[in-house]
Amino acid sequence: SRELFVLTYGALVAQLCKDYEKDEDVNICLDRMGYGIGIRLIDDFLARSAVKKCRSYSETADMIAQVAFKMYLGVTASVSCSNAAGNEFSLILDKNPLVDFVEELPAERASLCYCNLLCGVIRGALEMVHLAAEVTFLQDRLKGDAVTEIGITFSRKAEDRKHKRN
Amino acid sequence: FTADGKDVLEFLGNPANYPVSIRFGRHRLSSNEKLMLASMFHSLFAIGSQLSPEVGSSGIEMLETDTFKLHCFQTLTGIKFVVLADPRQAGIDSLLRKIYEIYSDFALKNPFYSLEMPIRCELFDQNLKLALEVAEKAGPFGPGS
Repeated sequence: SRELFVLTYGALVAQLCKDYEKDEDVNICLDRMGYGIGIRLIDDFLARSAVKKCRSYSETADMIAQVAFKMYLGVTASVSCSNAAGNEFSLILDKNPLVDFVEELPAERASLCYCNLLCGVIRGALEMVHLAAEVTFLQDRLKGDAVTEIGITFSRKAEDRKHKRN
Repeated sequence: FTADGKDVLEFLGNPANYPVSIRFGRHRLSSNEKLMLASMFHSLFAIGSQLSPEVGSSGIEMLETDTFKLHCFQTLTGIKFVVLADPRQAGIDSLLRKIYEIYSDFALKNPFYSLEMPIRCELFDQNLKLALEVAEKAGPFGPGS
């Protein structure tokens, strides 16, 4: 049943490529769709995994890479913190089921972020638990990089959350 | 009057409607009353979390009176599920979590449901009703009694 999902995703991207000439537009569209999914998926994730509130950005990144990815994509990612301030993380994906049937990007679509939907999903989900973040692809196997790497940069300090939440 | 506007005595007098299951409970709140309760409780909840001597308080989880108990479960996304029940009713905690699952399945995953709007999804109502029946049957001692 995962195959149907992967094929559907591929068809979606292909259709977007027909609809939009510029890679950037397709990327933005994918991100926006992902966002719409993320804001709803977060409650499903919280309801099913019954996890406790994460107390740090690092815990949050781990939660996404180990629990959420496992639950929805069947794979886990490894997490590393990439800056001293502790708010930038990268998730390295060994296996990415979404690109199972894709070898490489066509020449005219060199800057397409094929899995940009994932970035939107993560961004939307984090926003619903009051964590603002920027999520982008830092490296992409489809573009010839060695690994697929998603970068998450949390933009608001964790302490502010306590006062905003009622 | 019954739900479709027929006279109750007429309904009971017609053997075609048997067996009839009768449940006595509290008077159902009107939509207006529900809105008032929700908004008042929302403010009380906010004040409660700020006033709490515990750091990082999870807010008001239960409000107990002589005639009913109000249970509240707040998700990490800030959604509050509020259940008004008989003071002796057990198993409300698991009911609240079940409702969270039902909400995330039948309301959130419904592409035509807009967030923050009243939920008018058939499947949501059906599954909610089922979950409530299970919890009610469980009685004062929890499921399996």
